[in-house]
Amino acid sequence: MRITIGAVAKPGSSRANKTGSWRTGTRPAFLQSRCTDCGLCILSCPEGIIFGQGKNTYYADLDYCKGCGICANICPVKDIVMVAEVK
Amino acid sequence: MVKKMIEGSRAIAEMVGLCRPQVIAAYPITPQTHIVEELSQLVANGELQAEYVNVESEFSAASVILGASATGVRTYTATTSQGLLLMIEVLYNIAGLRLPVVLGCANRAISAPINIWNDQQDSITARDTGWIQLYAESNQEAADLHLQAYRIAEDQRVLLPVMVCLDGYVLTHAYETVDLPSQEEVDAFLPPFRPLYRLDPANPLTFGTLADPSCYMETRYILQRTTGKALAVIEETATAFQKAFGRRSGGLIDCYKTEDAAIILVAMGSVVGTIKEAVDELRAAGQKVGVLKVITHRPFPKEAIYQALHGAEHVIVLEKAISLGNGGPLATEIKATFQERPQRVAISSVIAGLGGRDITVDSIKRAVAMARERVLDGEFLDLRADLEIEEVA
Amino acid sequence: MENDHLFAPGHTACTGCGQALGVRLVLKAAGRNVITTDATGCLEVFSSAYPYSAWEVPWIHSLFENSAAVASGIEVALKVTGRLEQIKVIAQGGDGGTADIGLQALSGMFERGHDVLYVCYDNEAYMNTGVQRSGLTPYAARTTTSPPGRLSWGNARPKKDLPAIAAAHHIPYVATASVGYPYDLDKKVKKALSLGGPKYIQLHVPCPLGWAHEAALTIEIAKLAVQTGLYPLFEMENGVLSAVKKIAKPKPVEEYLKLQGRFRHLFQKEGGAEEIKTIQGIADENIQRYRLVG
Repeated sequence: MRITIGAVAKPGSSRANKTGSWRTGTRPAFLQSRCTDCGLCILSCPEGIIFGQGKNTYYADLDYCKGCGICANICPVKDIVMVAEVK
Repeated sequence: MVKKMIEGSRAIAEMVGLCRPQVIAAYPITPQTHIVEELSQLVANGELQAEYVNVESEFSAASVILGASATGVRTYTATTSQGLLLMIEVLYNIAGLRLPVVLGCANRAISAPINIWNDQQDSITARDTGWIQLYAESNQEAADLHLQAYRIAEDQRVLLPVMVCLDGYVLTHAYETVDLPSQEEVDAFLPPFRPLYRLDPANPLTFGTLADPSCYMETRYILQRTTGKALAVIEETATAFQKAFGRRSGGLIDCYKTEDAAIILVAMGSVVGTIKEAVDELRAAGQKVGVLKVITHRPFPKEAIYQALHGAEHVIVLEKAISLGNGGPLATEIKATFQERPQRVAISSVIAGLGGRDITVDSIKRAVAMARERVLDGEFLDLRADLEIEEVA
Repeated sequence: MENDHLFAPGHTACTGCGQALGVRLVLKAAGRNVITTDATGCLEVFSSAYPYSAWEVPWIHSLFENSAAVASGIEVALKVTGRLEQIKVIAQGGDGGTADIGLQALSGMFERGHDVLYVCYDNEAYMNTGVQRSGLTPYAARTTTSPPGRLSWGNARPKKDLPAIAAAHHIPYVATASVGYPYDLDKKVKKALSLGGPKYIQLHVPCPLGWAHEAALTIEIAKLAVQTGLYPLFEMENGVLSAVKKIAKPKPVEEYLKLQGRFRHLFQKEGGAEEIKTIQGIADENIQRYRLVG
């Protein structure tokens, strides 16, 4: 680690911190069967790690997903479900 | 250069204006107000291309210049006393962020009781903030130190804030002849501010991070190391100043008749002028006395001070501040400077001039006479014998 | 919608954090040409632990109480160097850093007319220090310094009306928003940034830890706050109410309260129903005052 003058940090460097390890028990599964491409899950993710463009293309980057379950809770068509973690 | 009979505050404002700060933020407090009033007038007249921000507190004055400096522009603020104390949290922050801002402190006492007159308790209280602290003896020096302050602060080997301390009223409100340089001369001495890092969408850096135990200590270590290295830059700047302007101003210390002195007084700020008079009178009476002026108080120029003092028999530190519960802060540091050094010198500590109590030539001679009798340990000079002081039982 | 990540993952906000979401949405609406400031608090801690940073835009944290003053300094620096046309300034803080310790600096920034958008992430208590009561903590909420007890129903006072205080400065734009309504938030941030002068947005951001609710319910709870009338969404331009988000049929406050541990005592202690009535009264007053229905 380099200590810069004034301890200034580089943009977006937090990506080095893979918060996916925080998940306890469950992770979101994107069924990709009923998705209407509404994008609410993207807009509701505190980590900003849900991606997708077009119906049934959405997924979460599990390297960072903390498993909060907001996406599954707000999906209007229940196309996202929380499932048991596969280790 | 133009010689002018001018009020101290105005001389400083004009010099600061010549340094072309782009953002000035200040809050009114006596006796600093004349400096910033004059600067606001320069901005209002279009003579200084800057934004003058009338903030709602000193806390915000310091915060505004912090934000402006981090955005990459040259900044200035001035304050004193309670205002400086209100800023202290921000002062630490500015130093930690390594922002080379310059602050003028019109030294004044601290309440309670409230007192608007001069001593140096305010800036001494801010001595551990990571700021470079320079103390002026005269208005000429106060103006010159402001110019040097920008060059020191912005030096890429330093990048630290600088506080120029000048005695409230004694200097700020006194009319003296001051030699002010031309814009061309200042521009030649002070290059434009080139920040190392700045807030800029083209290079979106993160300022003011959280450092946990794994790296915080290194941030303090580098501050301490850089502050120490700044000693050379301060000397270098004073030398460059002398070359450019033909007069000696600034630097670490200044000695007056110390070479053969058995007794050396040590002080900071305008009182040095009075001490010089006392020295002359004592010398005329056959006493080998001199005075050491500490100009740079932070970083503390230990080596220069030791070299200047070690030939004396007795050193008398006379200061306008006190670390309550201990004693004279400067005296304590000078005593520490002599630790583990070959020469042993008696060191007296005298507290004087608090809250504007006059320090006369006679007071100084009295202090010297007392010190000849015994080593003084935080002696309050010129306490009134006619006042009855109530004390808890 | 594109996901352009101006607030990067890897930050250490709690699972389901409403504030992390709020920040991302604000930055998404604002775009890259901004300089941001931040007060000490959760956001600063979870986004900037050296050497890492979640910020993709220039960001500076100084102290707890000076986010607005630091932003003022950035704004004048941009102005004096002729860059204010291209770069917007956004100041940020939590509810404590904004409504309490930072209120003076905020008022100064408003009164001086700086071209800055201030966003207050309102999670209704000092979360970073362990959920202590702030000036924006709602009535009867349990915090660690407003605990319910034999003599207490939790926080004894209603929320400080900070949007009204902001509006009293007659600044161009004041709005409340919620992470439960991301499109509304997006619109408000963009509108604010299109206007010159000082702007204030108070953004309701649920805190699963401090409010003691399930992480998955962050959005649902944020919506309920609006749908009950407890967190009215409105806009005020130049000091005058100019728009509100209507509620078709207000939901009873119990629906909002019962999902949160910070209000659990209202359902467990004898006499809690009276307190819930008082809270319903606050919602009803909002509904009337802002004409939320109809």
